[in-house]
Amino acid sequence: MSNITELKQIASQVRRDIVRMVHSAQSGHPGGSLGCTDFMVALYFEVMNHNAANFNMDGQNEDLFFLSNGHISPVFYSVLSRSGYFNIDEMSTFRQLNSRLQGHPTTHEGLPGVRVASGSLGQGMSVAAGAALTKKLNGDSSLVFSLHGDGELQEGQIWEAAMFAPNHQVDNLICTIDANGQQIDGSTEEVMSLGDIGGKFEAFGWDVMHIENGNDMSQVLAGLNQAKTRTGQGKPVLIVMKTDMGSGVDFMEGTHEWHGIAPNDDQLASALNQLEETLGDY
Amino acid sequence: MTEYINQGSKDTRSGFGAGLLELGQNNPNVVALCADLTGSLKMNDFKDAFPDRFFQVGIAEANMMGLAAGLTIGGKIPYTGTFANFSTGRVYDQIRQSIAYSGKNVKICASHSGLTLGEDGATHQILEDIGLMKMLPGMTVINTCDYNQTKAATIAIAEHDGPVYLRFGRPKVPNFTPADQNFQIGKAVILNEGTDVTIIATGHLVWKALEACQELENQGISAEVINIHTIKPLDEETILASVAKTGCVVTAEEHQQNGGLGESVGGLLVRKKPAPQQFVAVNDSFGESGTPDQLMEKYGLSSANIVEAANQAISRKNS
Repeated sequence: MSNITELKQIASQVRRDIVRMVHSAQSGHPGGSLGCTDFMVALYFEVMNHNAANFNMDGQNEDLFFLSNGHISPVFYSVLSRSGYFNIDEMSTFRQLNSRLQGHPTTHEGLPGVRVASGSLGQGMSVAAGAALTKKLNGDSSLVFSLHGDGELQEGQIWEAAMFAPNHQVDNLICTIDANGQQIDGSTEEVMSLGDIGGKFEAFGWDVMHIENGNDMSQVLAGLNQAKTRTGQGKPVLIVMKTDMGSGVDFMEGTHEWHGIAPNDDQLASALNQLEETLGDY
Repeated sequence: MTEYINQGSKDTRSGFGAGLLELGQNNPNVVALCADLTGSLKMNDFKDAFPDRFFQVGIAEANMMGLAAGLTIGGKIPYTGTFANFSTGRVYDQIRQSIAYSGKNVKICASHSGLTLGEDGATHQILEDIGLMKMLPGMTVINTCDYNQTKAATIAIAEHDGPVYLRFGRPKVPNFTPADQNFQIGKAVILNEGTDVTIIATGHLVWKALEACQELENQGISAEVINIHTIKPLDEETILASVAKTGCVVTAEEHQQNGGLGESVGGLLVRKKPAPQQFVAVNDSFGESGTPDQLMEKYGLSSANIVEAANQAISRKNS
């Protein structure tokens, strides 16, 4: 239980980082970042075996993570810096000129922890599957994780990758779908219904799991740990994880309105009042 | 002029297949991916020799590009194989974000480029691929002229750390460059020294440039012929030295004039040494069905077109 308490404390600080970064830049994507905070904290502070202090691109013999829905860069940057990839002070440069913390994540500026650029949606599952193949070729038994938005599943390339991975028994791959039911123009139901996400992937040959509440740290951790036990059995693993967009900040919760806009000064103050400063702000 | 012997016509794609096999034997990090065109790309020998390092991806080129980007993480050197159209235009954003912007060591190998794909027609005859690829920061762009050069280039690009676009074709064409050539990325090859006009050609147009050079010699004109197998980075030094001598240029390529080799050369000349230039290229048009020879003639890419362009360039120089 103690690690759950600790992870929740980290998540609170990461949420503060997210709203502060987006407020400071007066641009960015807070909603999806807040919704995926618990997942990202569980992954980087508990589930993955990774080497933050000595980042190298090849990442042999460590678990890898690919963020396919690159617009939720604030949560990615916060978790990377809080886990030791770079100094937390650098978060103040988010979306500024000459920053390594670009609007969408990139390898181009040399930010430790990022292994591919993302932002143009639908590409990360292919990249993650490729990295997983290389691990197999290298006899490296560690795992590859990725995260995708549910709206992102409307991109055709996702389904090319979804077909490839089971066909080639890429069973060292755990892809998670952030099923928050929202996208820029409205709910996924209104914009382009995704139907039964789990059923679709199952039909493609994936081992499908569900995390019913992706903002409950215990459930997230249990789900990820279970996913690890289901690797190595011939199928890639897919987790459909329900989250609340904007989770943790009451006026941002459950709406697509906060997909890509920044809080003003009053809204920032209100948000920070709801989020305990546990590790010290950057 | 310097004489070149056709050692027996072969397709450049077979040079790619032979190079890939040899590379596979010598470099365990080389892996290959193909989107349901293994036979057309001549990748069967690699596939048979190294089944664990070959990935059939089906008709899913976007996924192939992403997979290739991911495979580099951990030290593999992926070679992707499909037609030029499906290697570039179809997957431009995947190449742009996951490969070029991400600085991934992927070798994009494209067969059936240009008009000489022939009877399949314009849907498959991409004439814009050099332009698309050369615009991407950090992308190396290579268009080889014959079997031997394609084989040598296929092997050489594994030693270059960064994304490469390697363009070759379908038909059998004269094989005249040395089998043991030392292929250097970005280093142009002067095939014939001349004083009146510089002909800069790439891909299948290099042999036609040599034919044109012979005809020009019969007319009493001394042409310098440069095989510019690497379009980016461009060998500026060799081009400028040649133009300093001849004072005028013809560029020749199986590609749109817009965005092609000719525009790279023209841009260089405007910046460094303005000189009259004539373009042998497709002029803002799609292709169509036909035999390779018929198409090259109809779209103005024959050796006679190069001769005519050379005379025009010389006359502009002298006017």
